[in-house]
Amino acid sequence: MTPEILAALEQAKQEKRPVVLATRLPSGEQRLLPGPNAPADLNAAANRALDRDESGTVKLGDTDWFLHAYNPPLRLIVVGAVHIAQALVPFAVPCGFSVTVVDPRRSFASDDRFPDTVISNEWPDEALDKFAPDSRTAIVTLTHDPKLDDPALDRALKSQAFYIGALGSRRTHAARLSRLRELGHQDSALARIRGPVGLNIEAVTAPEIALSIIAEIVAVRRNASLPAKPTP
Amino acid sequence: MSMSEDVLSTAAAWRAAGEQVAIATVTETWGSSPRPAGSQMAVTKSGRMAGSVSGGCIEGAVADAAMKTIDSGTPQLLDFGVSHERAWEVGLACGGKVKVFVEKLS
Repeated sequence: MTPEILAALEQAKQEKRPVVLATRLPSGEQRLLPGPNAPADLNAAANRALDRDESGTVKLGDTDWFLHAYNPPLRLIVVGAVHIAQALVPFAVPCGFSVTVVDPRRSFASDDRFPDTVISNEWPDEALDKFAPDSRTAIVTLTHDPKLDDPALDRALKSQAFYIGALGSRRTHAARLSRLRELGHQDSALARIRGPVGLNIEAVTAPEIALSIIAEIVAVRRNASLPAKPTP
Repeated sequence: MSMSEDVLSTAAAWRAAGEQVAIATVTETWGSSPRPAGSQMAVTKSGRMAGSVSGGCIEGAVADAAMKTIDSGTPQLLDFGVSHERAWEVGLACGGKVKVFVEKLS
């Protein structure tokens, strides 16, 4: 790999721009895609790889190309800078998530409690409006406080977020759903919220609950088949 | 060592620090291979390693190949699997097959 290709690749990653590194096999000649001077079939194959978020080898004519898809990181928005959030962030980062913790309560959302983490002290609805969650975004609410959780869930439901999870017991969750219904959300939309949040691993401590949450996020992202949640 | 999957950044940092570095990338898989295409491992001449290209069964052989590529500058496309003659040495216990491309970070 030439220094020029490496620098261009690092720059695309820095700018959070999706890009494909194409390597001709076995000679190793490389180029970045999609590009204005690349053949149309190669550009099309690169765009497919990015859409599927899947790297692989394709044969175009007589040539084997390895297409390495570099998509910007997945995003995780954690609403509530609580103890479970402190345990969740260190699981999420190595799983490839760029994490933002949202909590207007500054004593909770402090750099002390969340070193090296992006923190927003805005109200969750405002924070989420700015954040513009997309289909590569997961959103988890952990505050237990309807004042903070509900506006976040409202915005989450209006987005394409691939995962929406809300901490709370079955009873809390049922009450939450009826409040969100009053905001005009249909049952079919409310079914997107995973509550009680996380895989059922009988988690008790904050790190165990965080583990169950990140495991569920990964399972949803990877299209694992999951048992239905108990109806609230 | 970072636990993240961003092996390329690790490799680039090593290169910038003056190390000689090769990168190995899984380009194709068949059957039950443990790491998907795009998985990477970085190796330095001084013996540092980051990332992985399998569940641990072929990393040793890939590191050997990486040393050759660091010395020669020539990339290699390695084939690992049950039909490979080295399968008895470093084949995949899972019965899968992988191709691994090894290149030098020049």
